[in-house]
Amino acid sequence: MSRIPLPYSQKILELFRNPKNLGRMEDATVSAVAGNPQCGDMITFYLKINDQDVIEKVTFESYGCAANIATSSILTEKAKGLRLEDAWKIGWKSLSDELGGLPAIKFHCGILAVGALRRAIRAYYKMRGQKPSWLPEELTFEEKQALEEEELAKILAKKMRLIGEGGKNV
Amino acid sequence: MVENVRELLRAHEGLKREVYLDIENSSFVPADVLEAMLPYFNKRAYGNPTLTHKPGWEAYETIMESARKIAGYLGCKSPEEINFTPGETEANNLALLGVALRMRDRGRKIVISEIEPLSIIHVAEMLTKSGFSVVKVPVDNEGFVDLERLRECVDSETILASFSMVNHEIGTVQPIKEIVEIVKDKNPNAIVHTDASDAYGKVPFKPREIGVDMATISSYKILGPRGVGSLYVRDGVNVERILEGQIGTQKLWPGVENTPLIVGFAKASELMFEKFEVNVHHMRGLRDKLIEGIMNTIPDVKLNGPWGDKRAPDNVNLSFLRCEGEALTIELSLNGVYVSSGSACTRRLLQPSHVLIAIGRRFEEAHGSILMKVTRVHTEEDIDYVLEVLPKAVERLRGITGSMVMG
Repeated sequence: MSRIPLPYSQKILELFRNPKNLGRMEDATVSAVAGNPQCGDMITFYLKINDQDVIEKVTFESYGCAANIATSSILTEKAKGLRLEDAWKIGWKSLSDELGGLPAIKFHCGILAVGALRRAIRAYYKMRGQKPSWLPEELTFEEKQALEEEELAKILAKKMRLIGEGGKNV
Repeated sequence: MVENVRELLRAHEGLKREVYLDIENSSFVPADVLEAMLPYFNKRAYGNPTLTHKPGWEAYETIMESARKIAGYLGCKSPEEINFTPGETEANNLALLGVALRMRDRGRKIVISEIEPLSIIHVAEMLTKSGFSVVKVPVDNEGFVDLERLRECVDSETILASFSMVNHEIGTVQPIKEIVEIVKDKNPNAIVHTDASDAYGKVPFKPREIGVDMATISSYKILGPRGVGSLYVRDGVNVERILEGQIGTQKLWPGVENTPLIVGFAKASELMFEKFEVNVHHMRGLRDKLIEGIMNTIPDVKLNGPWGDKRAPDNVNLSFLRCEGEALTIELSLNGVYVSSGSACTRRLLQPSHVLIAIGRRFEEAHGSILMKVTRVHTEEDIDYVLEVLPKAVERLRGITGSMVMG
């Protein structure tokens, strides 16, 4: 049972205890999910976007560790009031910095949160049938990583179940 | 990093009560055990037991007396069968590597179960790099070894079989006598080892009656100090040393014996065994109060492992759906309740507990699991406090999960 100490910062602990902008938004313009229960990390962002493409309101729900909850919470605070173009530019490293540094093993939480927000932004433009020039065609690093984490959990689940059939040589 | 941890510790200031239930991973040493150990640090028996002076002879006598005591509780033929090691991990390493080194010309196959502790699984996997083959026998959804598959797996090439008497995570009490009979029936020359760390002092267990050749026991799991354990090796079974150096009273483990820890181990054993029935009854009462209290007040909870007499009297392992385990351990810690989780998030490899996956739990069930063990010194009030704190913690975290659909 390998365990690691998780030296979470004061900021992460504070947001874990008192997350900001928590909960489902019934009148959201758009929402997006990243991760899944198999990875043990799952985030949903709900965005209310006005006709100037500004995020008026943003909330989240999170299933995951303390770092997952804290990164989702801080991302809602950063994204609120931003134009979508500017919200798109928020990278996972800046989230980590604002949290006083994520432990290395928890970088993926920040990456997943950014991936989820960008999914929501893409979904919004797809819904509107628009394609702003700043929106890259290709998936960005964070979006790819989110996909990879989701796939990896499925592969791992399958692999561990195969071992679970047992009686096999290793 | 250390500064962050200091901040985390400051967040715990003003706790009204603290209940430590993470006996799986380390334990406190109660005053009765500690008092027995203290004189051996500086008052007496601090010498090297192999040397010719009073503190050395005192150490020799003390270590032999401690071994005699433990040998008695295990029903050994002689104290020589008790080999002190620095702990369960080292004893398991010694058992597997020591037999592999000794018997490599007789065969190269090792049979274990899927739910062994990592000090068995990882050592066995390491041996595959040196030409050994390892077979993991599956278990059912309560963690019982599939005896039919075991029978198919053991053959003339098999030199060693290792099956824990009681599973360290889910408390399954294996039919170890049947396991030994099947292995010996298929191959009388195969050595059978059991990690009995979670059985010792909790489930009646005499290696000689059961027929195992080697058994690991551990001090801290019965509230002795960390840093000491023992490998029982039946008289006549040959095991190679895996470390070399100055050999003292312990023929299988070099280095200077740690007399105070050995005294603490023997004292903790005495306190468990002299009131065995009382202690087991006490632990089982607390275990059931905890399990029933949680399952009656919190919805969507699953018990991992068997229920009743086939479960170790101290083991509580539950999965809380829609609630992630690492977050739950932190939330509980901030309220003075200390437990561990089988969640991937608490592990170095970001993989959930192999034990929970092997018994067929889904990943999200493993991620939401909590492991607790009660001891002879825990009280009804401790359990009442856990039952006060836990429902609130689960409710808060489920509130953060909110309306998300869990596949």
